[in-house]
Amino acid sequence: MVEEVSIREAYGKTLLELGMENQDIVALDADLSRSTMTRFFAREFPERFFECGIAEQNMIGIAAGMAAAGKIPFASTFAVFVPGRCFDQVRMSIAQPGLSVKLVTTHGGLSVGEDGTSHQSIEDLSLICSLPGFSVIVPADAIETTEAVKAAAATLGPFYIRLCRPKLPLVYSEDYQFKLGKAAMMRQGGDATIIAIGLMVKAALEAARNLEREGIYCRVLNMSTLKPIDEAAIIQAAAETGAIVTAEEHLEHGGLGSLVAQVVAKNRPVPMEFIAIKDTYAKSGKPSELLERYGLTDKDIERGVKSALKRKR
Amino acid sequence: MGGSKSTSATSAEAEVFSLSASVAEMEAMAKKLRRHIVTMVGKAGSGHPGGSLSAVEIVTALYFKILRHKPLDPQWEDRDRFILSKGHAAPLLYATLAECGYFPVKELLTLRQMDSRLQGHTDRTITPGVEMSSGSLGQGLSFALGAALAGRVDGRGYRVYALLGDGECNEGQVWEAAMATAHYNVDNLTAVVDNNGQQIDGWNCDVMNLDPFVGKWQAFGWKVIEVDGHSISQLIDAFKEAQKVKGQPAVIIAHTVKGKGVSFMENNPDFHGKAPNAIEMELALKELE
Repeated sequence: MVEEVSIREAYGKTLLELGMENQDIVALDADLSRSTMTRFFAREFPERFFECGIAEQNMIGIAAGMAAAGKIPFASTFAVFVPGRCFDQVRMSIAQPGLSVKLVTTHGGLSVGEDGTSHQSIEDLSLICSLPGFSVIVPADAIETTEAVKAAAATLGPFYIRLCRPKLPLVYSEDYQFKLGKAAMMRQGGDATIIAIGLMVKAALEAARNLEREGIYCRVLNMSTLKPIDEAAIIQAAAETGAIVTAEEHLEHGGLGSLVAQVVAKNRPVPMEFIAIKDTYAKSGKPSELLERYGLTDKDIERGVKSALKRKR
Repeated sequence: MGGSKSTSATSAEAEVFSLSASVAEMEAMAKKLRRHIVTMVGKAGSGHPGGSLSAVEIVTALYFKILRHKPLDPQWEDRDRFILSKGHAAPLLYATLAECGYFPVKELLTLRQMDSRLQGHTDRTITPGVEMSSGSLGQGLSFALGAALAGRVDGRGYRVYALLGDGECNEGQVWEAAMATAHYNVDNLTAVVDNNGQQIDGWNCDVMNLDPFVGKWQAFGWKVIEVDGHSISQLIDAFKEAQKVKGQPAVIIAHTVKGKGVSFMENNPDFHGKAPNAIEMELALKELE
């Protein structure tokens, strides 16, 4: 049994650690610091933590003003509220001026579960990836979360890091070296490539393992940096494996699948399948039930691979 | 009139802008800025004269008497910050920055042209002295609060000034920011509302009534100072009074006239976002002689 670790807790602890190292790091939250885990930082550095209340638009503006004055603000809330609730503020106060605000959101995707439609963030990646200059990361486990948060703190410019609510099984060991903008090869294979993000990376690995028993060898890429996307890895995967399946906890439109398809269509057209939510809103349910109902399991990925392979030349 | 006398643009040598101007000199400057605004917008063929003209004295008093700033070192860390939240008054800010020496006055005539540093609404990435990219209303007070809190955390003595439109106060974010500024007892930030009474679709009270406006700010925890927004001396007194308010933020509600200084633009919402044509421009400049 693989150990399951909270990626929110990994964020909270990493933020605290960064706060100890760098006085310029400040944190903001919109009345969700217990859920986003910014409370670790808040407890240790109350003078550098800014509770903004249930007012996300204002939080974005404050963070932008702080960044313009030389601070490195980490602003957190649920992914459904940032960027959705305050898209224009993120656009004009952060993205256009290219300010170094780090948006780390939690409870992304369907796996927030029982809270239902209003809390299931399934459009955020499409929205945030549309903004010029943003770096966008969806980590696959706690270890990658820690690395991604450190990379965001150390890199100039605006960042969006999307975390999910449930604990996730580790897919990496402690010696993992996260590289911003680089896909990580999780498994070698020559028949098809599965490109996944977030909790779908684990599902992709299981799908690849199952398919291997049937003699189908899949490459698995973790495309944790959605933007800037690793075009070279995608083109190489298309050239070497001839079929690509993407897997994400997001709507089919505008997320990982769309971004990968643009690269594939332009450079090396191959058959593709998209494991994602199909143009609909979901309902309340347990995370595992929802992932199954809306087609986001290892079995769905396996079917996707087989479907793509039928069209492979 | 005062100005930075440094000939070098290096950060260490750039001098703090002289704030020795007299009220009479500032009144003359205000007229000059109005001429710039009319000329810039007229030449560009589009832009927002009404809300630029109404705030001329506010911005003149700030840049020539109140703000500690260095035109040759716009990023000076200890500068006071002026956040133009009502970004459509960009022509006024550009004219003021040029007169202070941030960039050549002749550049003002490039407003809104391709490749100009003077965009239709402010852009902090390309215009020296512009603190915030604005134009989408309601965002400036939050941004100013962030800069003020950062200054407090860092123990820097600078002050932050945010200029808002009254119509802009329709935006909910303004009140989120107002609540937060009072919550954090921020007293190194002064907000100014250019209370010209009008917005694009007409008078505020008909479009979306803001009254009781003073009462709203007070209820949100702000000290309110009301002035004639076209009186340089009243504005200077108000800014100095606001600096003395401790433990809470202060807002100056400056009663102004939209289009002030050009008879046919005054209180005329048509000139919120419309440039004068050639004949109107000539008439306006004659009135501003």
